[in-house]
Amino acid sequence: MNRRLLPAVMAAVAAELAAVALMGTAAWLIARASEHPQISAVAVAIVVVRALALGRGVLRYADRLLGHDVALAAVTAQRTRVYEALIPLAPDGVAAFRSGDLLTRLVDDVDAVQDLLLRCVIPATVATGVAVAATGFTATLSLPTAVILAIGLLLAGILVPWLVFVSTGRTRAEKAVRGALAAHTTDLLRGAADLAAFNATGSAAATARDLNGQLVAFERRRAMTAGLATAAILLIHGATVIAAIVSVRHAGLPLTTAIVLVVLTVAVFEVVTPLPGTARKSRDVRTSARRLESLTAARVPVPEPQEPATPDGHILEVRGLRVPGRLDDPVDLVVRPGRTVAVAGPSGVGKSTLLAVLMRFVDYEGSVTIGGRELRTLPGDDVRALITGVTQDAYVFDASIRDNLALAKPDATCDELADAARRARLLDWIESLPDGWDTRAGSGGVSMSGGQRQRLLLARALLADPVILLLDEPTEGLEADTAQALLADLRSATRDRATLLVTHSPVAHEVADEVHVLGAVADRPGDLFGHAGRHPSGRERLTPVDTGRDADEFGEAGAERAQRRAADRETDLGDAQVAAAQQRHGPLDPSGHQIPVR
Amino acid sequence: MRATQRRLTREIPAIRRHLVVTGLLAISTAVCVVLQASILASVLSGAAVSLLFGLAGVVVARAALAWAQQMLAQRAATTVKAELRGRVLDHIRRMGPLRAGRERHGELTTMVTRGLDALDPYFTSYLPKTVGAAVVPPLVIAALAVTDWISAVVVVVTLPLIPVFGALVGMHTRRRTARQWALLSRLGGHFLDVVAGLPTLRAFGRARDQIGVVHRMSDDHRRATLRTLRVAFLSSLVLEWVATLSVALVAVPVGLRLMSGDVDLATALLVLFLAPEAYLPLRAAGTAFHDSAEGVAVADRVFATLDDAPAPQRAATGGVSDAHDLVFDDVTVRYPDRDMPAVTGISMRIRAGERVGLVGPSGAGKSTLLAVLLGFVEPESGRVTVGRRDLADLPLAAWREQIAWVPQKPHLFAVSVADNIRLGRPGAPIEHVVQAARAAAADEFITRLPDGYDTLLGENGSGLSMGQRQRIAIARAFLRDAPILLFDEATAHLDAESEAAVAAASARLMAGRTALVVAHRPALLDHVDRVVTIRSGQR
Repeated sequence: MNRRLLPAVMAAVAAELAAVALMGTAAWLIARASEHPQISAVAVAIVVVRALALGRGVLRYADRLLGHDVALAAVTAQRTRVYEALIPLAPDGVAAFRSGDLLTRLVDDVDAVQDLLLRCVIPATVATGVAVAATGFTATLSLPTAVILAIGLLLAGILVPWLVFVSTGRTRAEKAVRGALAAHTTDLLRGAADLAAFNATGSAAATARDLNGQLVAFERRRAMTAGLATAAILLIHGATVIAAIVSVRHAGLPLTTAIVLVVLTVAVFEVVTPLPGTARKSRDVRTSARRLESLTAARVPVPEPQEPATPDGHILEVRGLRVPGRLDDPVDLVVRPGRTVAVAGPSGVGKSTLLAVLMRFVDYEGSVTIGGRELRTLPGDDVRALITGVTQDAYVFDASIRDNLALAKPDATCDELADAARRARLLDWIESLPDGWDTRAGSGGVSMSGGQRQRLLLARALLADPVILLLDEPTEGLEADTAQALLADLRSATRDRATLLVTHSPVAHEVADEVHVLGAVADRPGDLFGHAGRHPSGRERLTPVDTGRDADEFGEAGAERAQRRAADRETDLGDAQVAAAQQRHGPLDPSGHQIPVR
Repeated sequence: MRATQRRLTREIPAIRRHLVVTGLLAISTAVCVVLQASILASVLSGAAVSLLFGLAGVVVARAALAWAQQMLAQRAATTVKAELRGRVLDHIRRMGPLRAGRERHGELTTMVTRGLDALDPYFTSYLPKTVGAAVVPPLVIAALAVTDWISAVVVVVTLPLIPVFGALVGMHTRRRTARQWALLSRLGGHFLDVVAGLPTLRAFGRARDQIGVVHRMSDDHRRATLRTLRVAFLSSLVLEWVATLSVALVAVPVGLRLMSGDVDLATALLVLFLAPEAYLPLRAAGTAFHDSAEGVAVADRVFATLDDAPAPQRAATGGVSDAHDLVFDDVTVRYPDRDMPAVTGISMRIRAGERVGLVGPSGAGKSTLLAVLLGFVEPESGRVTVGRRDLADLPLAAWREQIAWVPQKPHLFAVSVADNIRLGRPGAPIEHVVQAARAAAADEFITRLPDGYDTLLGENGSGLSMGQRQRIAIARAFLRDAPILLFDEATAHLDAESEAAVAAASARLMAGRTALVVAHRPALLDHVDRVVTIRSGQR
């Protein structure tokens, strides 16, 4: 950036100097001509006037181009720098990492560096350079006039912008209203169905309209200040010119000198005119810069080890694991190759935190080892190469389905992609799409159903092929039968690989070799999923349950019970043509399969 | 571009008024400029110092005019932005859930906030500069012609070169700017997308690879912008040249004529002061083009959005009485832009007060049936009747008044928890809210939140678990207390504990109501009178 900044600033200063010098020289030419000298006396001035007239345009062109170049290069550097700073912080080190509002603001803040250069640094430097040069030149001819010019330039170039700077203090309140408007607009769009169903669209829109009105009030107030600053500069300019005329008259300077000095005074104020705008802008820029600083100064949640170790083996052992405030009761579990371990428990008990620990997104107390090595001693990326999968905040990028999958394995072949999609039962859908693999998944994956999104995330995790596959509610939003089929496929796909499954779904537990219940103890195995109660003491603990021996696990609480009741009831289907009520086969399984009941 | 500008002026009358005011201000300013230049020229060539009082008066007038001009321009911009923002918000309000779900939320939200700000320079810079370019040069030339007609001729001959060059280069940049906008939003969107997906990138060890991609995309952006600017600024280079060279063309001859005594000093100085003022507005208008382009592009997109009109509102009014059978009669629903119907030939009757469970594989169209009842989508063929009346003839608002809906993925609004529960009963007292929350097994976690029921939720309830969000939605339904309950995959996100609690709560909720329940899990089906299976795309 520095490499580009100097030429840009130099071109800008030179361009403005050329403009002022052009007027000065032309004035001198005319003043001198009025004394009726020989042509040779003004010949040089004529050449200079023409040269400046040509050079001014070229310099201005260079100035603008170089200025934009340096500003955009700064944006690139800033984006890269902030992104890099964010890497170790995601997702846990920045409080509201998942807020779209914050992210949008972040992008704005990052891009504000462009305004810092183009609209603050360069104009201020130009004004300073030209003002100093003009005052210095004036001082060589008339000290009093130089003093007058200096006072005028200081008032117009520093006092007025400073007043603008301190009086533009409402930007924070205005930004708050803007933020609220953005949030409400998003709510109107994303919550459109909820609003419509509850007849609340009108009042939500009224709130947005109200915010629109508040924004108008803010902007109108700003309009008054903007005009005042320009008017003030014009007044200072006029006063300075009048004072300069009086001073040159008073000093009895020669006519030529007097004219040049006054014309110079008239011309040089051009450079301070944009400074109130600069002041306004620099306030915005400062606000943005402060927010970015707080971001880059944030504490990294998981420090990297000083002397990284390498794991020896593929067994994951968790002993007395705690994350204060998020996972309060010690977790003990072992995941061996080929074993599928499920973790259940009520929401908020820390299931997702457990996975975040295993992926080194959150630091921990106690012991977690893979291949005998403590996770703390391993580089985070090495850990995630071994332990990864579908997280709760898994993101679908605004990119093609292929790119969304392939990010888990950039060098994957088409066959590998198709295989992963097939195992997640997504391939048929992808191939049925008009654009197939090139279909855009859309921002936030809005064009997909919840099930399809989940399958896409699953396919991506399968493609990543980790040693220990983490699945956080992989069947969330899926129908029981498709979920079961998916898990059956998963089971065959993960036969040689350890899998840690976080779930609340009873169907999912069927594929697990082992179930740990986090934060609750089942009174009876049969009630595990029906009425998982708290331990009487209130202490939460982890209880392994071997699913193989719990024949009754899904019995009464499961499908069979509901199926019987449904079948027992008289199903009056009316005279209309009716969808079949459940007769012989389970209501959750229209394909004709009985849900296995042991 | 022109069409968009014309449409702006046509649809927002304030703009036309503003143009007239701007024109008057520009004329007044031009008169001041001429006066100021002639006083200055007289004083510098030896006139009495008392003329300076006149100069002071002109300066004050110019300052007042400048203040008024900027203030009015910003106010006009504010008015227009508020108007367009209001229209977009109104458009969003009317588009209905189906459309809203398909919109790119980020783009529309940006349009309503930052996007419209691109119109600021259009009013504060482009319009006054354009009007100035039309009004000021003739006045200045007239003054010049009175002073020294030879100089006036030089200006008149060179002045048209500026619009000619301007038009030539302008045509070229216009297309590029439009393209650049698309590129800009794509590249801008890319950075946001990458940052939003950073946790996922880290999960698969790809975060550091993206550093290079971020750098490259951003640098592509810089290069693309500079390519446009290199041409765009070339036009202003030519304009600068015409203008500055013309000053030289005026100043040098007038100096030479002064030497030979053809003109006096005052005249020569006035020519020197006035000549640049003739070019200045045109040069300014040349650079102002960039100020307009982005704003017009935004206005273009606003109009494009507004023209993509949502389905007309139903005109039906009046009330809807409760306790009627709901009958689906051979209903087929096809979503716009989809080849396959979401449901085909569904027929069923739900008797008043009956509780019916809907089951079937994902994608079978269970949620679609609820969407039909909610009036989010209309059947392509077949019909739904409520009592004897066709659903399509019912006044939508009054009909929805009869319904409480627990959606599959409830949206939580950026307001307090209490107001989120109040969604269907805006004026409900807090006791009723707490009661509803208790019934939905949500009271316990809500009271544990920092400000309890007054806790402001982040964007879409960030910080709350799926189970907690679902329970807030159930509390909404409790508070709504409507005769018809539509329950959509309500237990899909809940842990076992809340699932049991919610099942009990929803049993209470269903009691005495007509209920249509999309269920995956047995718990809810315990409390229905009847279970209906919907198969892929059809009954």
